Amino acid sequence: MTRFRVAVHIVPRKGVLDPQGKAVSDALHALGFSAVHETRVGRHLVLDLDAADRSAAESSVRGMCDKLLANPVTEDYEIAGVTTP
Amino acid sequence: MKVGIVTFPGSNREVDASLAAQAVGAEVVTLWHKDHDLQGADVIILPGGFSYGDYLRAGAIARFSPIMQEVVEHAKRGGPVLGICNGFQILCEAHLLPGALLRNASLRFASQWVTLRVENADTLFTSAYEAGQLIRVPVAHGDGRFTADADTITALEEAGQVVFRYVDRQGNPLPAANPNGSLNDIAGIVNDRGNVLGLMPHPEDAVDPLLGSTDGLGLFESLLSRVAA
Repeated sequence: MTRFRVAVHIVPRKGVLDPQGKAVSDALHALGFSAVHETRVGRHLVLDLDAADRSAAESSVRGMCDKLLANPVTEDYEIAGVTTP
Repeated sequence: MKVGIVTFPGSNREVDASLAAQAVGAEVVTLWHKDHDLQGADVIILPGGFSYGDYLRAGAIARFSPIMQEVVEHAKRGGPVLGICNGFQILCEAHLLPGALLRNASLRFASQWVTLRVENADTLFTSAYEAGQLIRVPVAHGDGRFTADADTITALEEAGQVVFRYVDRQGNPLPAANPNGSLNDIAGIVNDRGNVLGLMPHPEDAVDPLLGSTDGLGLFESLLSRVAA
């Protein structure tokens, strides 16, 4: 077994109203960052875990996302990176 | 009727729920989140609060408490389950009810009195009310915006599963009367079988004239009249 560090991005699904993202967009526009079309505010999780290899580490974290870390009704997730810490 | 009231770490309305159940003559048994036994309760209430600090998502961690496995079994047997506020969030996370509850559209914690219209008075939980009746109850939540995909919302509406809707004092659904931006002004829904109800407002805090309203009593009276003593 090897220790892996897996990072996950979880963001509100497209079409789900994200008032935090809208507030951040509005603030950015007020500061002159007018090129911003949309902001979505989510969570970034970093998990250290033991797995046989990288793909096992990733698939294990996908299982965690499906069961607990993300809500399939309102959120999408993506594995942002798998590294060895 | 024996009512089991579950306390999670961070629950804070379990005493209110107990008092409301006792006010209509129910026997109350308190259940701890680590319990594996419902102690013969006929009705389960998941009370309001901030179980597990609302960490990750409101209700996401409470859903995996040992007692919740028993609550899910109870619901699958057709046993009545009432989720209030955080309890509603837990029921959605546990997939006993469809949809999810997200941060209020205002990004503000909503602590206020609201008017609800009873949309369906033919449920286990609302038979003491009349369809279209307006009731006054308080809300106190930061994550109460009911959300589901369009097909689910349509299905809920068509099946009469939307039980309570936010309206103004004249009974009209208006954006200003909706404290959290819930789709279709939905305040409470029941599952397709009719034995699981979740709502964001607090009927248990509207059971005594001293509290400003007794309109919440009807929910507990409905349960009492439909569940064998």
